[in-house]
Amino acid sequence: MSKTFRLSGYGRVDRSRPVTFLFDGKPVKGYAGDTVASALLADGRHLMGRSFKYHRPRGPVSAGSDEPNALIGVGEGARHTPNLRATQVEVHEGLVAISQNRLPSLRFDVGIVNTLASPFLPAGFYYKTFMWPHGFWDKVYEPLIRRASGLGKAPTAPDPDEYGLHYAHCDVLVAGAGPAGLAAALAAGKTGVRVILCDENPEFGGALLSDSHSLIDGVAAAQWVARTVAELEKLPNVQLLTRCSAFNYGPHNMVALNQRLTDHLASAPVGMPRERIWQVRAKEVVLAAGSLERPLVFEGNDRPGILLASAARTYLQRYGVLCGRKAVVMTADDAAYRVAIEMAEAGLKIVAVADLRANPDSAVVAEARARGIKVLPSTTIQRAHGHYRVGAVELAPVSADGAVGKGRTVSCDLVLMSGGFTPSLHLHCQARGALTYDDKLGVYLPGDSVEHVRSAGSCRGVYALDAVLRDGAEAGLNAAGGEGDLPVWTVTRQDQPGEGGFAGALPRRGPGHLALAFVDFQNDVTAKDVKLAVREGFQSIEHVKRYTTTGMATDQGKSSNVNALAIVSKTLQRAPQKVGLTTYRPPYTPVTFGAFASHARGDQFDPLRLAPADGWARAHGAVFEDVGLWRRARYFPRAGEDMLAAVTRECRMVRKTAGIFDASTLGKIEVVGPDAAEFMNRFYINGWTKLGVGKCRYGLVCRDNGFVYDDGVVGRVAKDRFHVTTTTGGAAGVLNMMEDYLQTEWADLDVWLTSITEEWGVIALQGPKAREILAPLVDGLDISAEAMPHMFLKEGTIGGIPMRLFRVSFTGELGYEINVPSGRMREVWDRVWAAGQPHGLTPYGTESMHVLRAEKGYLIVGQETDGTATPGDVGCGWAISKIKPDFIGKKALALPALNAPDRLQMVGVLTDDPHYVLEEGMQLVAAPQMQAPASADGHITSSYFSPALNRSIAIAMVKGGRSRMGATLYAPRLDAAAVRVTLVDPVFYDPEGARVNG
Amino acid sequence: MLLIECPYCGPRAEIEFSYGGEAHIDRPGPEVSEEEWASFLYLRENTKGVLAERWRHAHGCGRFFNALRDTRTDEFKAFYEMGEKRPDAEKKEGEGA
Ligand SMILES: [Zn+2]
Repeated sequence: MSKTFRLSGYGRVDRSRPVTFLFDGKPVKGYAGDTVASALLADGRHLMGRSFKYHRPRGPVSAGSDEPNALIGVGEGARHTPNLRATQVEVHEGLVAISQNRLPSLRFDVGIVNTLASPFLPAGFYYKTFMWPHGFWDKVYEPLIRRASGLGKAPTAPDPDEYGLHYAHCDVLVAGAGPAGLAAALAAGKTGVRVILCDENPEFGGALLSDSHSLIDGVAAAQWVARTVAELEKLPNVQLLTRCSAFNYGPHNMVALNQRLTDHLASAPVGMPRERIWQVRAKEVVLAAGSLERPLVFEGNDRPGILLASAARTYLQRYGVLCGRKAVVMTADDAAYRVAIEMAEAGLKIVAVADLRANPDSAVVAEARARGIKVLPSTTIQRAHGHYRVGAVELAPVSADGAVGKGRTVSCDLVLMSGGFTPSLHLHCQARGALTYDDKLGVYLPGDSVEHVRSAGSCRGVYALDAVLRDGAEAGLNAAGGEGDLPVWTVTRQDQPGEGGFAGALPRRGPGHLALAFVDFQNDVTAKDVKLAVREGFQSIEHVKRYTTTGMATDQGKSSNVNALAIVSKTLQRAPQKVGLTTYRPPYTPVTFGAFASHARGDQFDPLRLAPADGWARAHGAVFEDVGLWRRARYFPRAGEDMLAAVTRECRMVRKTAGIFDASTLGKIEVVGPDAAEFMNRFYINGWTKLGVGKCRYGLVCRDNGFVYDDGVVGRVAKDRFHVTTTTGGAAGVLNMMEDYLQTEWADLDVWLTSITEEWGVIALQGPKAREILAPLVDGLDISAEAMPHMFLKEGTIGGIPMRLFRVSFTGELGYEINVPSGRMREVWDRVWAAGQPHGLTPYGTESMHVLRAEKGYLIVGQETDGTATPGDVGCGWAISKIKPDFIGKKALALPALNAPDRLQMVGVLTDDPHYVLEEGMQLVAAPQMQAPASADGHITSSYFSPALNRSIAIAMVKGGRSRMGATLYAPRLDAAAVRVTLVDPVFYDPEGARVNG
Repeated sequence: MLLIECPYCGPRAEIEFSYGGEAHIDRPGPEVSEEEWASFLYLRENTKGVLAERWRHAHGCGRFFNALRDTRTDEFKAFYEMGEKRPDAEKKEGEGA
């Protein structure tokens, strides 16, 4: 007997292109067109993996994307991809594949002890174990299970490949290019509308590629496929996508496709992405997803060499591979007879076709009998024997009442099973389509959907080829609008689908509690697990799913769901339609993470916003920090300085001479129009009517719930024009909130809002020397203390460049914010910098900015406030206008709860030890020895070492804080005694405010 | 991703829009009772069925508008401008209809 299982005269692989690849380090020969599974099967190798939980030896059970067993890792190093289905991975020269979940090798595996321990790993094992003593889980079970069970290993290095993302629109998207899909695409395409046809396989044709029996218009099915594809290729309005899986059906007909472009190539063209996600918005979708043959559930049904009948047919007809020498066929459906006939013709010895049904009598059954194939009606498999390969099965008689008698054991190296066909409903369910249970077929079929979607062919229970082609063509034409010619084909030879099929566990003799009859191969869930779950009280199919994990593996229950449902239905003695089906979730098949990330990785993960002086800051050795999307200079260390040293120096220089700071990230909005002042009055808690042109005011924004939302200085540039500033992070939110009230509440106001954040660059020049430095630069503008006091605003030019000059301060020093067009800010910055050199002008960053403002007790929204602080809580009650009839937050701010004396209020905090800097977030409690759980009196919101005070300072929110000045509280620490602190006024430096008016 | 029809720009993908919550909630003045104010701030229908809701074409024309959407199916029944009355589309349907 030949050692190869490859047959000449069969298959679609290219015999002129032999290919060698490595499997577990050893060379394997195959041909172009093979999958890893077909090439291994051609060598007679079924063992391809170990199971998830019990480490059982496993071989392929299918020939496609529904494969639960033969999962392999492909590629090396950073390009290694785990958990790929060997039944789908196309071989090419140099491909490196490995088996998974075996210790140390595929054939010798120590993890197999899990099988012996199987009585201790029942359904709900994880949940039950969680209830054991906590330490037991951490120290004993979890590490053991982690090592012993699982799938492949993900690579740890970054993915070196590139991935694409493409948005597309079409009139008709056809998912699946079997007979129904091809017919639909052609019918739609011929009307001229835009069509996209996609299929997960490298070739179009689906089941027709494995069908050597049917004749369409007098030609073999595969030939009809070639002819139809050629016809489609001629249509310029039709886009054909192979190796492309529709994996997610989103709302409003947005379907995501995953196209695999290079994995099947020995060397990929330069610049081609490995995979591409297509986001297709389709007016209409035709689902032609086909159906999947169901495995049968019997003891030992997971032994290598036990396959779906349709899979064995595919290995023969597409790959020219015979899966064994001597087969038993176990069926409850007519389709397996055609497989038996073809396989016998190809040289396979069929020991018998065991049929669960009492009277199989269709034409194909008669044909099988006529060809000398032994048919055993009313027969089941009691048990399959063998370890690395099935070696024998016990065929046992089933009586009319379902009792199983004593059978006889027959030897075989192959078992072909056929439980009937399950329509693929995944995408229909993702489209939130209803399901209807079909009693005659014993399966769920697609019902109505809210989306513009229709199913065609066997995914809606239409199985006969002539009916499938007609169904597909009608679906395609209707999806295209219904106008046009319906293509018609004549099927001149085909098998009629018979009635039958089976779901659930096959009948067996004796108790099944020790039998490993697998329902979900990938997650190692057995029939007894499902029954146990029901006995333990789980009646909802969704609960059974989670408790047993059936259907939760990466195959999404493609082969297991209907069998699990039938077992639950039988155990509960409740009709399947009363049990329901679990929800199918995307993705239909696993998708590489890299494809989802696409270009959004590394530098392209997020946009980076650069302030105008960013280049200058880099040239001057700044250390940066991210503030939202902005990159901001945090401090400017000199040689040998750490952050504290640099910040201490920067702060001292600002208070002593002057500092320069890029404040361009401040949010800026221009509020313009005849009703601008009225708009400001309604939007802010402050009053604006009396603010004169050329003056500034600190403004606070609340939500209508009364809590502080944002703040910033506002300048009145003209009677009808306000220059509003916001926090760096709040800019977009404030503008959105302004637009919301303007457009939806205050349609009576004539106001325009414009974001000017990016238009105006801002140089903060702060310190006692600021005026001296600036005065010579502003083209004669009078900025003397008399002409331009604190909180004044002037328009002018600086070296000929337009300028809005604000005299404002976030440091407590005499200061200016010089607003100039962003594109020219660097010129101005350089000029100010040069002019400041004789005065000792120092650049400072965000860290010093924080320290300087904290020394002055200025709050930062989002740091002191947390969405529950009122203006009064943070010491800004003075800003609330008493005379305005209404403003955002007015009603809420009058509520008693928002004025309670024991609310958290902003206070200063000093530690006894002046060198100890509190942690931000520390809690404050009344006594040093308080144990958790204890209620806190408050918490630290800001904490720094203050160069001006030469000691630590902090700001806190404390219950009734303002009336507790001088009180002692304690900040507990985990590893040391609580820190004793005293509550003080939050203005630590220059409390009279003299310096700002200098 | 939803397909949303801005009354000013036409149909665009959901990522261009920001959601604005239930529509047709009138903001009362400060003269109302505390209960009425709390109701305005916090109480929403949580409709199962056709909901009138606000959207803003934030990454487009910037305009707010209203839409009727069936929360069970995400199907939009109507798009209309701020200030227009709720179109007489199916009123809130019963549960599970
Ligand atoms: Zn728009």
